[in-house]
Amino acid sequence: MTRPIAAALRPAQADDSLSGRPEFDAIAAWIEHGAQVLDLGCGDGSLLRYLREARRAMGYGIEIDDANILASVRNGVNVLQSNLESGLAGFESGSFDYVILSQTLQAVRHTERIIGEMLRVGRQAIVTFPNFGYWGHRLQILCGRMPVSPTLPYQWYDTPNVHLFTIRDFEAFCADHGIRILERVVMDRGRMISILPNLLGSLAVYRFDRGPQP
Amino acid sequence: MNAPESIGVVTARNAQFDRPVRLRSGAVIDRYELAYETYGRINEKRDNAVLVCHALNASHHVAGIYGGDPSSVGWWDNLVGPRKPVDTDRFFVVGVNNLGGCHGSTGPASINPGTGRPWGADFPVVTVEDWVQTQAQLADYLGIERFAVVMGGSLGAMQALQWTMSFPDRIRHALVIAAAPKLSAQNIAFNEVARQAIMTDPDFHGGDFYAHSVVPRRGLRLARMIGHITYLSDDAMAEKFGRALRDGALKFNFDVEFEIESYLRYQGDKFSDYFDANTYLRITKALDYFDPAADYGGDLTKALARAQAAFLVVSFTSDWRFSPARSREILKALVDNRLDVSYAEIDAPHGHDAFLMDDQRYHDLIRAYLDNVDIG
Repeated sequence: MTRPIAAALRPAQADDSLSGRPEFDAIAAWIEHGAQVLDLGCGDGSLLRYLREARRAMGYGIEIDDANILASVRNGVNVLQSNLESGLAGFESGSFDYVILSQTLQAVRHTERIIGEMLRVGRQAIVTFPNFGYWGHRLQILCGRMPVSPTLPYQWYDTPNVHLFTIRDFEAFCADHGIRILERVVMDRGRMISILPNLLGSLAVYRFDRGPQP
Repeated sequence: MNAPESIGVVTARNAQFDRPVRLRSGAVIDRYELAYETYGRINEKRDNAVLVCHALNASHHVAGIYGGDPSSVGWWDNLVGPRKPVDTDRFFVVGVNNLGGCHGSTGPASINPGTGRPWGADFPVVTVEDWVQTQAQLADYLGIERFAVVMGGSLGAMQALQWTMSFPDRIRHALVIAAAPKLSAQNIAFNEVARQAIMTDPDFHGGDFYAHSVVPRRGLRLARMIGHITYLSDDAMAEKFGRALRDGALKFNFDVEFEIESYLRYQGDKFSDYFDANTYLRITKALDYFDPAADYGGDLTKALARAQAAFLVVSFTSDWRFSPARSREILKALVDNRLDVSYAEIDAPHGHDAFLMDDQRYHDLIRAYLDNVDIG
């Protein structure tokens, strides 16, 4: 088994939104009422719970960490213990409206495989990730240190993150893999960022699909 | 909050059913009794009942002790009791000995009213479906319209699963622990060895050993020894016994030498003292026959399409008898049907028997799940 991914990866954010987590609001705004969702690396299940309450969404979380399984069950959401790295073999193609990967993509070893699986199982996919290109991160690197911030709260030696990347990296990845980006929200400390997102945004939220198939 | 404690002294009861029951085999039993125990109180809305289904060798005696016998601890006493994960301060818990059993319910050792002699070989083969059918009769008898929870481990979990299909509107939650949706060829093979051990014992007398005042003890011992090997993991056995010698040195004979031999013989002896050979044969058959997907072209998703319950499915990493992969088969069918389900794979070393053990992660999970079950 690989190291636990998604375990406690969701840092505390400024409490200025309905959910207490601004990216949850961004995600909820995209989710259709009554949608079926799969939340990969669901942590303690609070996003699923929020989507159920705010959007009447039905779904399942996937987690590997024992403590998060227990927390999700306590939260009253459906959680399935599984290692994301082994894919989503138990799920039928096109069987969910949305597959969500919140603050976990940077901790997944096989990035292409997991994105491919998300787009196989879901009609659409939603990811959120810490933007490595954020000015605060750049500044720390310029000062010769690995960045530590509210969105990257780990020291280099204890981080579960294995693939740090920027907003531009992600968009290039999508272009290279024929992925169509449907919407993007970039934030910093709970505020929307519209100019220079790769510099001023610490957190990115994307909704995408496979695009028109030939 | 007070600490969890044992439910204390409990009493077994018998319920009589005079309406004939038609079994899956086509056989009819005109009247029968089921032994049961209850713990806790039914609430005003009668929506807090929990049915605990037993596996191979257990019974209706789930928790507590019998008066005057402190050693008679119920088989799931570590889980069921006041403030325990299955909290009898909240829930009304029912344990039942299945039809065909040997702990007080009508079974092969009971008197067949048609002949005035023990049923013996004539007692029909019973199935998981039959058990669920008769458990529902017990629910009627107890005035339980709908169970808040039906739960069990191993064969007991198969009954919980069957409940969601046989009586989808009479069960709100199913706890399916250390289960499989059907037995593998290897599982059936172990059962067949156990049955052969019993049936080839000269004291078996074709199942009518009662008339000869004997018990096919050698067969039962072997059956139990085989079973025990499959309930434990290789690691658990290595940990518990290793190659330890009972007397410290090899004796170059066939007495008990290794501790594992001693353990198996002890378990076999104990079992053959109380368990009925005909019941053992029938329970292993019930295991072999269980395959709810069979009527749906092998498609478990279709078989579970009528289920409405919410599920907690639990497996144990070291269980090779019903491995986590078998629980995942159930899980897939539940997810395909968009049923509410949570699934945990407990990293426990004890093998199949882990479902009976007091493991904190496992018990915390059951407690957390049951805390969210609405009652009252």
